[in-house]
Amino acid sequence: MSGDGAIAAPARVEALPDVAESPRRRPLDWGSLIVHALLLACVAVIAFPLYYAFVISTQTVEEVVARPPILRPSGNMVQNYVEAWTRAHMARLLWNSAVVAVVSALGKIAISMLSAFAIVYFNFRGKPLAFWMIFVTLMLPVEVRIMSTYEVIGNLGWLNSYAGLTIPLMASATATFLFRQFYLTVPNELVEAAQLDGVGPMRFLWSFLLPLSWANVAALFVVLFIFGWNQYLWPLMITNTEAMRVVVIGLQDIIPRTGTHVPEWNVMMAAAMMALLPPVAVILFMQRWFVKGLIESEK
Amino acid sequence: MTRWPGIVLVLSGVILFGAPAPSLAKTEIHFWHAMGGQLGETVNELVKQFNQSQPEYEVKALNKGTYPEVLTAAIAAYRQKNPPHIVQVFDVGTQTMLLSGAIYPIFQLMKEQEIPINWGDLIKPVTGYYSRDGNLYSMPFNSSSPILYYNRDAFKKAGLADKPPATWKEVGEVSKKVVAAGAAKCGFTTSWPSWTMLENTFPWHDQPFATNANGYTGLDTKLLINGEFGVKHIGQLAAWQKEGIYSYGGRMGQPDPKFINGDCAMLIQSSAVIGNFKRTLKFEWGTGQLPHWGAPYKRQNTVVGGATLWVMRGQKASDYKGVAQVMKFIAEPHQQTWWHVTTGYLPITQTAIKNLEASLHFKKNPEQWTALSQLQAKPTANSLGHRLGNFVQIREAIEGEMEHIFAGKKTAKQGLDDAVAKGNEILKEFAAANTQ
Amino acid sequence: MKRAVFKNRGLPYLLVLPQIAVTLVFFFWPAFESLRLSVFRTSPFGDKTLFVGLENFAKLLSSPDYYRSIVNTFVFAFGVTALGVGAGLFVAALATQRIRGLAVYRTALLWPYGIAPPIAGIIFLFIFHPSYGVLPYWLAFVTSYEFNWLLKGPLAMTLVIIATAWTHIGYNIAFFLAGLLAIPTSVLEAASVDGAGPIRRFRSIVFPLLSPITFYLLVVNLIFSFFGSFGVIHAVTQGGPGNATEIMVFKVYKDGFVGLNLGSSAAQSVLLMIVVIVLTALQFRFVERRVTYT
Repeated sequence: MSGDGAIAAPARVEALPDVAESPRRRPLDWGSLIVHALLLACVAVIAFPLYYAFVISTQTVEEVVARPPILRPSGNMVQNYVEAWTRAHMARLLWNSAVVAVVSALGKIAISMLSAFAIVYFNFRGKPLAFWMIFVTLMLPVEVRIMSTYEVIGNLGWLNSYAGLTIPLMASATATFLFRQFYLTVPNELVEAAQLDGVGPMRFLWSFLLPLSWANVAALFVVLFIFGWNQYLWPLMITNTEAMRVVVIGLQDIIPRTGTHVPEWNVMMAAAMMALLPPVAVILFMQRWFVKGLIESEK
Repeated sequence: MTRWPGIVLVLSGVILFGAPAPSLAKTEIHFWHAMGGQLGETVNELVKQFNQSQPEYEVKALNKGTYPEVLTAAIAAYRQKNPPHIVQVFDVGTQTMLLSGAIYPIFQLMKEQEIPINWGDLIKPVTGYYSRDGNLYSMPFNSSSPILYYNRDAFKKAGLADKPPATWKEVGEVSKKVVAAGAAKCGFTTSWPSWTMLENTFPWHDQPFATNANGYTGLDTKLLINGEFGVKHIGQLAAWQKEGIYSYGGRMGQPDPKFINGDCAMLIQSSAVIGNFKRTLKFEWGTGQLPHWGAPYKRQNTVVGGATLWVMRGQKASDYKGVAQVMKFIAEPHQQTWWHVTTGYLPITQTAIKNLEASLHFKKNPEQWTALSQLQAKPTANSLGHRLGNFVQIREAIEGEMEHIFAGKKTAKQGLDDAVAKGNEILKEFAAANTQ
Repeated sequence: MKRAVFKNRGLPYLLVLPQIAVTLVFFFWPAFESLRLSVFRTSPFGDKTLFVGLENFAKLLSSPDYYRSIVNTFVFAFGVTALGVGAGLFVAALATQRIRGLAVYRTALLWPYGIAPPIAGIIFLFIFHPSYGVLPYWLAFVTSYEFNWLLKGPLAMTLVIIATAWTHIGYNIAFFLAGLLAIPTSVLEAASVDGAGPIRRFRSIVFPLLSPITFYLLVVNLIFSFFGSFGVIHAVTQGGPGNATEIMVFKVYKDGFVGLNLGSSAAQSVLLMIVVIVLTALQFRFVERRVTYT
C-alpha cells in the first residue's frame, strides 16, 4: 500500500521542473523572469501564514476578529509581547525548551550514529533482529503509547525531570535511518582502502566517516532540535511544576481552552511568535549545513 | 570515539538530575486545573490570597492543559501513586470520578477534618449535580449556565423591540426579520452545541435526557434524546440552518466570533463569557434566558456546567487538613463574591448571592442575573443534572451526529437515532468496565 | 549490494547497545504494556480490570467508525505526502535554477519547518475559519460556494492536509535542494550536448539521482502524516465535522486520552503497530530495491 504511494508520488511531479529547466542556458531571458515570478509566488504562499500570525500579534482583540480582516500590522505589538512574556514566564520556558531540544538532539545523534555504523559496517549475529527492532520504532509516535510510556517513566522515577523529558525522545529511529542512508552512499572503496591500511573500525568512524558526515550531523541536529522543541503532549503529561514547563506548553497558559472565554488571539500569537523564533532561527542560521548536510554531495 | 556518547550521557546526567528539589518550609498542596488565559491569572490570585491567609500550607496551582488533559494527567499520576491533592474536573467527568476509588468525597473530608461548612447554603441545582445520596462529593468551582445573548444594535436596525426573544418561535421570527433587514447575516448561532441545545434544553423543558433519572439511579442507562421533543427541536434547528437564519459554527466556543463580529444577531453560550463580552464587544448587547418552546412544556431549570474541585486520595494524611482549609476558603462568601465579579462564573452560595443583591450588583449588572434566574426552580428528576459515564465521548458522538444533521446528510430523526445508538454503546462499555 | 565490513566480535553489540536500550525501554516496554491492556477492559483509574480476550479487537473491527478512520488515514497520508513531496520538489527545482538572489529565496522557503504543528494549526485555523478567516472572506467575492468546513467534511480534510503539508514543506525542500545541488553540472551539461531536452534530462538523469532522497522523503512524509500529524488535527478540527478528519492516531488519542477507554485505545495501538510493522517491511523489502544508490 505504501509502496504504491512511494512510486506513484514521483510520477506526479516529474514533469513539473521543466518549466524551470529551460532558462539554464540563457540566464536573463523570459525564462528566468518566469522562475523569479514562480519563486516569488511560492515564497508568498509559504510565508503568508506566518506573516498573518505576526500581523495578529500586533493587533488588539477587536482588530483580530474585525471584518474585513486587517492584513497590516497594527500598533499593539509591544503590549502584546510584554503581556505574553510576563504572563507565560517566557524566559524559564525558553530555557527548558532549549535544554530539551539540545540534549535530546545530541543524545539521539550519538546513539544513532553508532547503531547505524554497526548495522552498515558489521555482520553480527542477531543483526536482522537489531535492525528490525530499531526500524520498527520509525513510526510509532509518543501520542499512541503515551499512557504506557508514562507508567514506564513513573517506574523509573523520572517524572517531572529533564531525563523524562528528553530520553524517551531519543527512542525513535529516524536519525538512525538517515545515518544508515548516508553510510550506504559512502563508496565501498573507502572502506576497502582503509582496511588495507589497517585502520580499525572506531578510527574509521572517527577519522573517515565523521568528517565526511559533519554536514549530516549538523542537518540532523537541526531536524532533531526542532523535533524536541516542538513536543507538546509528552511534556504536558510528565511535567508537574511551572519550573519544568517547555514553551509549547506555556502557550497553554495563554490560550483559554475551557472554551467559555473569548481567546486573546493577539497575545497568543505574540507568544507563538516567541516560541517559534528559536527553531526558525536555528534553521536560518544553520541553513547552509542543513541543506548541504542532508545528503552530502562531495563523497 | 566511544567516549563521545559517554560524555554526552554524563553531561546530560548533570543537567538532568541537577534540578533542585524545592525546600519544604510549608506543606505543599498541589492543585491541577484547566484554566488558561486570564482565568488562570485569576486562579493564581485566589491561590495567593489563600497562601497569604495562613502560614502552614502553600497551594501550588498548575495549569495542566485542557479539561480532558487535566483529568487524564491526574489519573496517570494517581496510578503512579503521586496524584495532586486537588484536581479540577469538568462536569462531564463527574461519573468517572464518582465511581473511582481515587477520590476523597468533600463532605467526608470536611467531617473528618472537623471543619464545619453550611452545605445548605449552596444553591440546589449546583449541589444536585455533584451530590450522591444528598452528600456533596466535589466542591463547585466554576459554574455557569447557557443563556441567550443578543445584539441590540442589530435588533434596532431591523426595527425590533429591544428585548430578547423568550421562545423558540420568537427566535425564528426575530431571526428572519434581522436577516431580511440586512442587520446581520444570520439570526443566531450556538456554542457548545450538545451542552446548550440538548443537555440544557432538555431539563429546561423538564424532558428526560436519559433513563434512570438521567443516570442518577443506575448504570444501565440509555439516552432518550431521539424522542419527539429532541427531533422537534433539532429538526427545527436543521430547517433554520437550511434557511440560513441559524448558522452552525462548530463545537466549544468556536462559534463566538460570529456573534462578536456581528455576523449573527444572537448567540447561545455560557453565562461565563459575560465578562469577556463586556471588554470586547463593540456594540450594545443584552441577555435573555435560554429560549423555551412554551406550552405544553413546563419551564423548569437549566443545569450547571463548568467544573468542580475533587480531592484525591493517595497523599500524606496530614496534608488533608490543609486541603480542607482550601475548600473552606473557596466556599466563603467573600471569595465567592470576588470570584463571581472577576470571572463571571456564578456565585453558588445563598449568602454570596444575598450579599451581591444587597450591593445592588444584579441591578447594575442585570446580565449577571440571567443565568441565576434559570436556576431558581426546584429541580425535578429530569433537571437535576446528568450522570453518564464516559460523557466526553458521548458528547463527541452527539456533536458528530448534530453536524451530520445540520449538513443535511441525515434527518434529525436519523441523526439522533444514530447518536443514541453510539451513546448507548459507550454507556454499556462504561457500565461493563465499572461493575466487575 | 555487498558491502565491505569490519570483523569484530563484541564491538557491534556495544555500538547498537544504547539504541537498543532506549528502544527496549521506551518502545517495547510500552508496546507490551499496550498489548496487555488490549485484552482487558479497564476502568479509567485502573482499579477494576477484567480479561476480555479479543473482545476489544472484535468491537473495533465491527465498528464503522473504525473503518472510517482507516480510510481517513489513507486519504490524509497520501494527500499530505503527494502535496508535500510534490510541491517540495517543484519549489526545490525552481530554487536551483541559475538566477540571481537564490540565497534569499532559499532562506525564505525553508523556515516553515521550524513551526510546531499545534502552532501551525492555530495559524491555519485563523486563515481558514469560516467566520473570521481571511481566505473564506476573499473567496466569498469570487464564488458563492460556502466555505464552511465546520460542516463540510471533505473541505475540513483538505484544510488539515494543506496545513500539515505546509509544516513539512521546508523539510522536503531542504532535502530536494541538497539532492539537486549534489548533481554535478558536468553531467547535465554533457547530457545537453547529447541533445537531451529538459524533460528527458530530468527523467533520465536528475530523477534517478534523486531517488534515494525521494524514497527517504516518501517514507518520512508517510510516517509523519500517518502518525506525527496529531498536533494539527488536534488544534484545528478535533476530528470533525462528524468524524471526517478522524485519523487513526487521533482516534487512539481520543478514545484513550479523552474517552478513557484504555482497552479499546490499546487495541487500536496494537493494530497500528501491526500496520507499522507491515509498512516498514514493505518499505525495506520492495521499495528500496528500486532505489539507486550513487
